[in-house]
Amino acid sequence: MSEATPILEARSLVKILGGNRVLENVSLDIGRGRVKVLIGPSGAGKSTLLQCLNFLIPPDSGHILLEGREVEKTSKRELCAFRQQVGMIFQDFNLFDHLSALENVRVALMKVKGMSKLEATERAVAELKRVGLADKATLYPANLSGGQKQRVAIARALAMDPKVMLLDEPTSALDPELIGEVLTVIRDLAQAGMTMILATHQISFSASLADEFIFMERGRIVEQGSPADLLARGAQSRTQAFCSKISELTGESGQSGQSGESGQSGESGQSGESGKAGAERRL
Amino acid sequence: MSMPYLEFLRGELGPGLLDGLWVSLVVIAPSALLGGLIGLTAGVLRVYGPRPVRWLTECYVSLFRGTPLVVQVFFWYFALPYIRVGGHGIVLDPIPAAILSFALCSGAYQSEYIRGGLNSIKRGQIRAALALGMTTRQAVTSVVLPQAFRRALPGCGNEIIYLIKYSSLASIITVNELTGTATTIAKNSWRNIEVFCTLGVFYLLLVTVATGLLRLLENSLSVPGFERPQS
Repeated sequence: MSEATPILEARSLVKILGGNRVLENVSLDIGRGRVKVLIGPSGAGKSTLLQCLNFLIPPDSGHILLEGREVEKTSKRELCAFRQQVGMIFQDFNLFDHLSALENVRVALMKVKGMSKLEATERAVAELKRVGLADKATLYPANLSGGQKQRVAIARALAMDPKVMLLDEPTSALDPELIGEVLTVIRDLAQAGMTMILATHQISFSASLADEFIFMERGRIVEQGSPADLLARGAQSRTQAFCSKISELTGESGQSGQSGESGQSGESGQSGESGKAGAERRL
Repeated sequence: MSMPYLEFLRGELGPGLLDGLWVSLVVIAPSALLGGLIGLTAGVLRVYGPRPVRWLTECYVSLFRGTPLVVQVFFWYFALPYIRVGGHGIVLDPIPAAILSFALCSGAYQSEYIRGGLNSIKRGQIRAALALGMTTRQAVTSVVLPQAFRRALPGCGNEIIYLIKYSSLASIITVNELTGTATTIAKNSWRNIEVFCTLGVFYLLLVTVATGLLRLLENSLSVPGFERPQS
């Protein structure tokens, strides 16, 4: 495999749901260590695209290639092997409700990777530590906050050693004061070189991480490019129009037209702070 | 002329009913176990099975929930011997015939509780399991079913309580379990009130013990988010 081969590549994905063309000939690829961010109005097909990428929703046509090799979607074994290498984070966490945090991370290591209980436990503890939840290992989802649940979900996906992570609006179901802790984990991941495709409405946060913004509307990729280009003042891009609408609604100020760096320090500090403050209030 | 109740209980009724109790347990325990197993399998197949299998299990449930249990008991005991398969009729002894009827009937009801439990688990759970690389079977057995079972347990327990009581129907195909024994004693002694009231107490005790055991099981499986609602 050459350096230039994308880790994950989708070619002309089409998905029709209930007569609607939810994905219309969508192609994209992502190289090692890159972060691509899907943005766009709800119903644009972001979530469907992410779920098509690991065949949770099988695309009606199109091809998906992992490190240059096409995934044979009719082979169940190959599909399972493929999904192990593609981590998925869901909007509503989907932790296994009957298992503790530790067991949530451990179960697939044992069932899918065939690790011994001891080995799997060690790995699970390490992953929980990485997302800052070593002390919550014995708690069940019912006793975790939304932010903690999402971090356990991230630990669970990371434990499988994925080559790429797909994150489907990971903070959309969270209370505002809990978003910061999850974004921090995602930033750490990006800085550690994890390849990621992220659907989000956290524009300024993702602008600080993303190598590329992909703007989707009505099942198509309408625009793509670096956040700096798309959000530049006077860029006249659909992306910018969309983002300024979001920032008007959320009161997030001044993210359009700023470079990634300033966006990063501005927002991350804020949300980190408010996350902490929120936690203290809860205590 | 007639001896006092306590003497009757100690001398005749008690020992008789204890024998009957033993036979009842021999019928109930395997029926409950087998019924649970059938219910679990049928429930899973009704939700996750391929279409023809789903259809078959639906038919099974409709048939066994839709006909009176007495008719089913009569069928297995009286009618089955007349059905010739390769020149042989299948003759079942009373106890196996009773166990077969109860297990099949109980299984049909149990599958309904299991199906409800499975359907109450959000799709996201199975999706998350698949996304980790589990096969559908692994996702169902190690993620969905353990949760569904906890949700279904109160209903399944209820069905076992029913089973304890409808096991009395075994008496009509000559099984000398609690009710069968009691009927005999009542006929011979003419002490209907004492016999049948005492019989009632035996069933009450049996159900109480079963309720306690089921509660223990529920508690041992209880995890936060799946506990019994505190009333």
